[in-house]
Amino acid sequence: MLELRKDIFADERDDNLKEIGKGTQRQDMLGHVTGTSTYFDDHKLQGMLHLKVLRSPHAHARLRRIDTMEAERSPGVRRIIRGADVPRNLNTLLSLINFGKDDEPSLAVDKVRYKGEPIVAIVADSPREAYEAMAKVRVDYEPLPAVFDVEEALKPGALVVNETYPKNTFIYHDVYDHQKLRFGDVERGFAEADHVLEQRYQMSPIEHAPTETNGSIAAPDTNGRYVVYTSTQALFFSLDTCAKILDVPSNTFHFIGGTVGGGFGGKVDTLTEPLAILGAMLTGRPVRYQLGREEEMQFGSPRGAERIYIKDGVMRDGRIVARKIRAYFDSGAYTRLSSYAVVKCVAHLPGPYTIPNVHGDVYCVFTNRTPATAMRGFGVTAMDFALECQMDKLAHLVGIDPMEFRILNAYRDGDMKAHRREAKNTALIECAQVAAEKAKWPLREEVKRMSSRKDGGGSRAAISPTPIEPAPQRAAVSQQRTTYDRAPPAPIHEPPPPAPPPPPRPQSPSHGATRFSSVFGTRRR
Amino acid sequence: MAKHRGRGIASINYPIGMNLGGDPSQALVHSNPSGKFTVSLSSIDLGQGMKSVTRQICAETLGVPVEDVYVDTADSDTGPHCMGSFASRGTHRVGNAVMAAAKEARGVMMEAAAEELEVNAADLETDGRGNIHVKGAPHRSISTKDVAIAAQFKQGKTISGRGIFLVPLSEVNPETGEMSPATCYAHACLVAEVEVDDETGEVAMVRMDSAYELGRALNPRLVEQQLVGGAWMGISHALFETPEPYYPDPTHGPRDFVEYLMPGPGDTCPHDIAVLERPAADGPFGAKGPGEMCANPVLPAVANAIFNAVGVRMDELPITPEKVLRAIKAQGGARPQARR
Repeated sequence: MLELRKDIFADERDDNLKEIGKGTQRQDMLGHVTGTSTYFDDHKLQGMLHLKVLRSPHAHARLRRIDTMEAERSPGVRRIIRGADVPRNLNTLLSLINFGKDDEPSLAVDKVRYKGEPIVAIVADSPREAYEAMAKVRVDYEPLPAVFDVEEALKPGALVVNETYPKNTFIYHDVYDHQKLRFGDVERGFAEADHVLEQRYQMSPIEHAPTETNGSIAAPDTNGRYVVYTSTQALFFSLDTCAKILDVPSNTFHFIGGTVGGGFGGKVDTLTEPLAILGAMLTGRPVRYQLGREEEMQFGSPRGAERIYIKDGVMRDGRIVARKIRAYFDSGAYTRLSSYAVVKCVAHLPGPYTIPNVHGDVYCVFTNRTPATAMRGFGVTAMDFALECQMDKLAHLVGIDPMEFRILNAYRDGDMKAHRREAKNTALIECAQVAAEKAKWPLREEVKRMSSRKDGGGSRAAISPTPIEPAPQRAAVSQQRTTYDRAPPAPIHEPPPPAPPPPPRPQSPSHGATRFSSVFGTRRR
Repeated sequence: MAKHRGRGIASINYPIGMNLGGDPSQALVHSNPSGKFTVSLSSIDLGQGMKSVTRQICAETLGVPVEDVYVDTADSDTGPHCMGSFASRGTHRVGNAVMAAAKEARGVMMEAAAEELEVNAADLETDGRGNIHVKGAPHRSISTKDVAIAAQFKQGKTISGRGIFLVPLSEVNPETGEMSPATCYAHACLVAEVEVDDETGEVAMVRMDSAYELGRALNPRLVEQQLVGGAWMGISHALFETPEPYYPDPTHGPRDFVEYLMPGPGDTCPHDIAVLERPAADGPFGAKGPGEMCANPVLPAVANAIFNAVGVRMDELPITPEKVLRAIKAQGGARPQARR
């Protein structure tokens, strides 16, 4: 049941509109409810082949030998694709915005770094024949120890998951193994606080579980082009990723998508398109590659796990005076999008509250599990869980009603946020008041009268003096290799320059990829 | 052994658009000679209603009925660039691009109408029903269809428009984290009531009451669909879901929907929602985006309600019956907190 509270903020809106605000029936409703909407898999093309990938049964292993001789002779097999067949067999998704280093192969070459990592792709006349051939591929694995816990992965001497990042963390600004947030002085805040509470929170990975699993169909088109029907959530993102991996101009491809059976973030990774297109290039036939349910669930890519430590200082009257957060994002074996989620999480701290002293350190950590990716609430869902459980505990600690405790600490128009931008257009207090009203949750009259538009700014707009730690020794790039790591060194990454001073503010925003490269100083393409 | 009820709350905000900006979207709008408009996009409709929301934005901006607009999307040969459907950016970024394109197309349409009616374009207005008339003189009117015919075959004008929306990219300070992550934020507060069985550790949802502030509900039915479905996902995240049940131990991973549990219809509960609208300065008609944030308050609200019901703090997700039961046992039994 949904009620529009037009009475609130009415003075900020023009409600005299004709089409906006109406519950018009969806343009695509009839197709959806009659089962006639077209999804990627509704394009059954003549002569279409089916692609399946052989996946690693080990979380971490060296590939001593891959023997496909018997599989090649298996009935119905048209082509077996190995890592060496992929024109650029190393990529990172966010290289499209010049963020991070290429660290993930389309097909593993000398090592596998998570259970389920693709090793060879088999293109056959039918899915069954592809599976039968897959059973005939012989892979000689040398299993290696694996690391699954984010804090274990950060210990000195921990095995290296991904040689591109030998410290098992993404590198920010070419210097730090985490993204920092520094606003005011938390230690002084803790010293002044009446109570200090430190807690640990953990979210496990979560699967997107779309009705339609990830998939695509690629077919040779006239004039040397390829048409690609896809379930992607980001058409040009996927198209440009394929152009990079397959090393062809982007106008080689005609991508068609647009109706997707659920995404929730799990269809950004471009998991199937590069191999489907490569299959079409190598066979001259249409090729379909769709993940099965088990593949989608275990090896697709989940919302990554997060471990979060929160330490808060609170006064007896309910004001939170300091909040210190350390969090670890479990990226799995490769970066994909977790590096970006970390920055978004840092921007979100300390939640929608005005706290004068905030300190955050958030890490993107590599472990030997399925790479994580975006999901609804990217970078924020687990942190909101931790923050709001913590808020409840703090309210309990100081004996204040938890709803009033939130309203008391809520950010308001004109307050300074921890990422050093003024809060505008805020409405947390009104949401709390309306939710309380709906739930018949009693609030005191003075709390009911509070407003996001009143009593913000002033001293709440100030940035307290912030101690900045001396710039550290720059992150050691010395290859932290273990005895089992005999892989050839990762492509040489030039040693980072000495710890730079904070970059100068640009006078005016500029545009384009070169601009992106200066954000984190990790231009690498 | 008994069942205990408890209530918990959570309040949150959520940034709209890709973090740090730098995520453009484009739109093209054009009319055919019958005055029917096509919006060309490469954005994706994930089921959230992208096509419908951009259709309404285009119709409102052009001043034509929604039936006269059709949204064609996700073809890389015809749709201009869009970063993608993620980060709660569809309504805000793509909506703004469509609005800009529709404004440009409307400008041409009004010029063409002015030429036909022999008046100044500034003196014309649309009635939203397919006609353009002189302000204050509804009888001096021409249909958008006749305008389109005249533009195409007589005046040689293209009733079309291009739009792009870009929030410039923000840098991030390595030492302090200073940055401009988003231009607007949606807000929510949710109260969850649960019933905890102290014999089995099972948690049943009783009801939810919530308030979401979304800038502008462009289509309240689509908003309801997002908020109801999103809260359901929140329940699922809180109590059911993970592909790694013993994380960080990676074993015993589920492989299908028999092993990967999610709430069925019987596991949901009544959800009473209020929507508040505080328009964002840079949103299309003030709109932000409900897509992602709707699940977020449910998880902590449920955990806090469990504490209120039986006195145990559940700090690890998902909150399975096993974890609840172990926590109650470790505490020496349920300790219901003050009813609220």
